[in-house]
Amino acid sequence: MSKIPIVNYLVLDDGEPHLQAMECQNCGALTYRTPIQCGRCYTPGPFAPKKLSTQGTLRAFSVVKRGAVGNGFISAIVDFDGGGNVKANLVNGDLDNFENNKLGAPVRLVTYTVDTDDEGNEAVAFGFETV
Amino acid sequence: MTGQDVYIVGVAMHPFGRFPEKSSLQMGTEMILAALADAQLSMKDMQVFGCGSLFENGSGQRIINELGNPGVPIYNVTNACATGAMAVRVPFMEIKAGIADVGLALGYEKMGKGGMTVPGQADMAARMAAQGGERPKKVFEPGKVPVMTEGILGTNTMPGTFAEIGMEYARNNEGVGFEQFAKVAVKSHEHSALNPYAQYRRVFTLEEVMEADIIAWPNTLPMCGPTGDGAAALVLVSGDKLKTLPDDVRKRAVKISASALYSDPYNEDNMSPSAPDVNTLTRTAADRAYEDSGVDPQDLDLVELHDCFATAELVHYDNLRLCEPGMAGKFIDEGSPYRDGKIPVNVSGGLVSKGHPIGCTGAANMVEVSMHLRGEAGDRQIEGAKVGMTHVIGLGSTCAVHILEKVTA
Repeated sequence: MSKIPIVNYLVLDDGEPHLQAMECQNCGALTYRTPIQCGRCYTPGPFAPKKLSTQGTLRAFSVVKRGAVGNGFISAIVDFDGGGNVKANLVNGDLDNFENNKLGAPVRLVTYTVDTDDEGNEAVAFGFETV
Repeated sequence: MTGQDVYIVGVAMHPFGRFPEKSSLQMGTEMILAALADAQLSMKDMQVFGCGSLFENGSGQRIINELGNPGVPIYNVTNACATGAMAVRVPFMEIKAGIADVGLALGYEKMGKGGMTVPGQADMAARMAAQGGERPKKVFEPGKVPVMTEGILGTNTMPGTFAEIGMEYARNNEGVGFEQFAKVAVKSHEHSALNPYAQYRRVFTLEEVMEADIIAWPNTLPMCGPTGDGAAALVLVSGDKLKTLPDDVRKRAVKISASALYSDPYNEDNMSPSAPDVNTLTRTAADRAYEDSGVDPQDLDLVELHDCFATAELVHYDNLRLCEPGMAGKFIDEGSPYRDGKIPVNVSGGLVSKGHPIGCTGAANMVEVSMHLRGEAGDRQIEGAKVGMTHVIGLGSTCAVHILEKVTA
């Protein structure tokens, strides 16, 4: 049995769980995939993995109700300290008093199991909680 | 911008709504014939045809063959929610380049109910429960984890995505919050009450908008554009061709003073595909359109912009330079985008209330502005309108901005 990240840019087996971007070695542009050419400097890079911080701030969010299970979820865009950003759930936000979720709030990355397969392997996702 | 001047001489727009009794072919061909009649031209005069539909891409030949095809070059185009504007840009470009001197554009879509959502968790759970029976073995492997990410890695749905776009603007600018976004919807619904082409014509109070069902906060139900059916057609001609047309066509012509089209460049602030940047390309397209036309934002008598959600409209006040930088909240608080305000925005009711049949929207907003510039917009007419702007965005992303002007000669 093992823990398997649900996206390939979530790293679980190298210390504290974190996200890993690809960084253009020519201009420093970040992306979650390795493009054929860099979107910023139009060169082939090369690209190298870059560990992103597990701390950041809440840039934007939406409390999604329609089409969601139960009481909904909070979709959040987070800017990482030191560069990079991502969208994921804010897992400890307020689903009923929307304005209690504060733009610019400091957050940290957390991981949790979202599903288990027939062999006991766990699919692990990431999200954020306010600190 | 060099090349031939391009004019709109024929327009037609089907009311937006849900029309189960009519086929898309019927709606599209009706509008083409109406636009041709408006221009006092015939299918046999057409030298190029741009046909835009997202869900029926490739249908240009099928439509034209119903009407008599002179062997016209057909461009079947899609660009998400900007598809209708692409259809108009096809004859625009050929005429501008001197390849053709008369052309036809159609934007249409038949969506019915439902539309631009991805399956939610609740939908998927219900579907799986309904399937029953034996299921295949579930095995996760690195890089192969078949887990639906909606509701786990945030949202990829449009109401939530555009809610986040609005909230990002709220974070960066003073005086913007739920109430300002809701006020946008109040304004648009009030406008639509005057528009017989609008899918919905109900007026809402601010309290009704704010207390309505939450779709993706801060977007409540009346702050979200509905899906529906629609069709709009335009006939375009060159300046030389215009001179040959009857007086009553010439004096109702509308000049396309600018047609700007951009996609979104790399932006490190938007690394997640589900967090698109709708600002950079809109600002770039608007600036280009202002430059090409020589029109200043303050010259605009009306604007039809892409308010798929109320949160989107507010950020585009700023992106299209309709307000001072960072002052979109003040712009709506002061009533500036109302039909009697500083720069009337979405006097049709916009996507939020007039409706958003995807492939049609970008063509329809050009028909709408043309009707005002001709003084033929009925109860919703902006009196004395001489200059108007249209704006659409298709996520992925594409932005088209057009500036239209009344012909005064």
